[in-house]
Amino acid sequence: MLTDETVAALRKELGARLDRAGREWLDRALAEAARAAEEGPGESPAARPAAWELRFASAGRHCRPADPATSTADAPVEVPADLPLDTADAVRVLLLHTARADALRAARLYERGTAAERRAVLLALPHLDVGDAAVPIVEDALRTNDTRLVAAAVGPYAADRLDAHTWRHAVLKCLFTGVPVAAVAGLDRRARGDAELARMLRDHAAERTAAGRPVPADLHRVLDLTASTPHPEEDRCASSTRTST
Amino acid sequence: MRIFDPHIHMTSRTTDDYEAMYAAGVRAVVEPSFWLGQPRTSPETFLDYFDSLLGWEPFRAARHGIAHHCTIALNPKEANDPRCVPVLDELPRYLVKDGVVAVGEIGYDSMTPAEDTALAAQLQLAADHDLPALVHTPHRDKLAGLLRTLDVVRESALPVERVLLDHLNETTVKAAKDAGCWLGFSVYPDTKMDEDRMVAILREYGPEKVLVNSAADWGRSDPLKTRKVGDAMLAAGFDTDDVDRVLWRNPVAFYGLGGRLALDVADPGATHEGNSILRGGS
Repeated sequence: MLTDETVAALRKELGARLDRAGREWLDRALAEAARAAEEGPGESPAARPAAWELRFASAGRHCRPADPATSTADAPVEVPADLPLDTADAVRVLLLHTARADALRAARLYERGTAAERRAVLLALPHLDVGDAAVPIVEDALRTNDTRLVAAAVGPYAADRLDAHTWRHAVLKCLFTGVPVAAVAGLDRRARGDAELARMLRDHAAERTAAGRPVPADLHRVLDLTASTPHPEEDRCASSTRTST
Repeated sequence: MRIFDPHIHMTSRTTDDYEAMYAAGVRAVVEPSFWLGQPRTSPETFLDYFDSLLGWEPFRAARHGIAHHCTIALNPKEANDPRCVPVLDELPRYLVKDGVVAVGEIGYDSMTPAEDTALAAQLQLAADHDLPALVHTPHRDKLAGLLRTLDVVRESALPVERVLLDHLNETTVKAAKDAGCWLGFSVYPDTKMDEDRMVAILREYGPEKVLVNSAADWGRSDPLKTRKVGDAMLAAGFDTDDVDRVLWRNPVAFYGLGGRLALDVADPGATHEGNSILRGGS
């Protein structure tokens, strides 16, 4: 979950970016999300969308920056540092967090979301109380070829919860589709000493070389990590990776 | 020449088309939801299609430097299939989404009671969601279909100034213009409209509120027809401002009515070092 300090910092940053109409829209949207959190899950997610869910869908156009000409809206929101969010991402993550979206609600918003909405759900997962139940969402995103979704799928939630096979294929998918491995959370921890990942990377490099195609520099970076010895506590994390439920 | 194709079914087109369109000057498209050639049998298959228009297809377009928006609706042909009609209940969830710039394509195919109901219901949805509407005019019995369409529009909550009547031709343009609608022309290799006829219509009726599209889909069609109309206009003595008005400013004005159009496009494939931003607006 996001800490109170992080939520406050995010709201402050968004307040500085948005014009008055955008700030008022955000205040109302967050109030609706907070009300939904107090009321609990209530009706099934398949029923008519809650007010905050409609806000979630329309956040992109309502939370544009105050001055597009000089705006930094495309720049990452720097608070907190581990959330690489643009303005709409940040608003949507805040809404999901404030509404305390459960796994069912997150899945519904993902399944009938635009690419931007799906990306926000993926980015929010580490900050929601969904346990392992959202792993299928991550697996779905990793099946796509949309690099925005793939990059959002390999965050801290995936690092903590994907089984070894799925996680290795996620890394390979990043190399395959050109998503920088810098997007892969927990890369050092999970790649260290992973002989099977090393084999997959070497095979991929051999295939590229045989085809006369360049081997991505990121591949060597990950390969180097696999050759290093895991720390005892890191080994524990890597070997206790959970399987999806 | 900057080009906005206001009606093209990119789902049915290849990456070669995207490359050729970009090279020809296309920087923005609107993809209306429509019939896929193979009839659908349930609302769920519509939802996957809508998701594609709001997910994968904008991604594909952005990879080629083209801004992609869509219109969402139950199309006239499938409005006649009771298995498909329940998708109307799902539309509100989609009509709030950022990438949706109009309700459409709606209108008539065979002018049945079921089509009457779907058209009226969806014009109301457009009014409810502060969106304009893209209204297809029928391929058969076109003039009668256009006049009946105008009657339904006038009875609806949506002002005619927020309606684009598409697939117009010499027999229907005057009634559509007199009504105050936006005027759409689909330029095809050999059917609905061609470049020279389009130029003649522009001469007679002027460029005001005129939009030209390729309506390219899975049939015989050409995604570069917009550019060819621009070239034909210049050859016929129209100036570059007229061409820009028809091929860029008019579609921007119409689809901007809902306040959702965003024409800057970042290549999502160029995430590495984030240094390749392609601008679609200029």
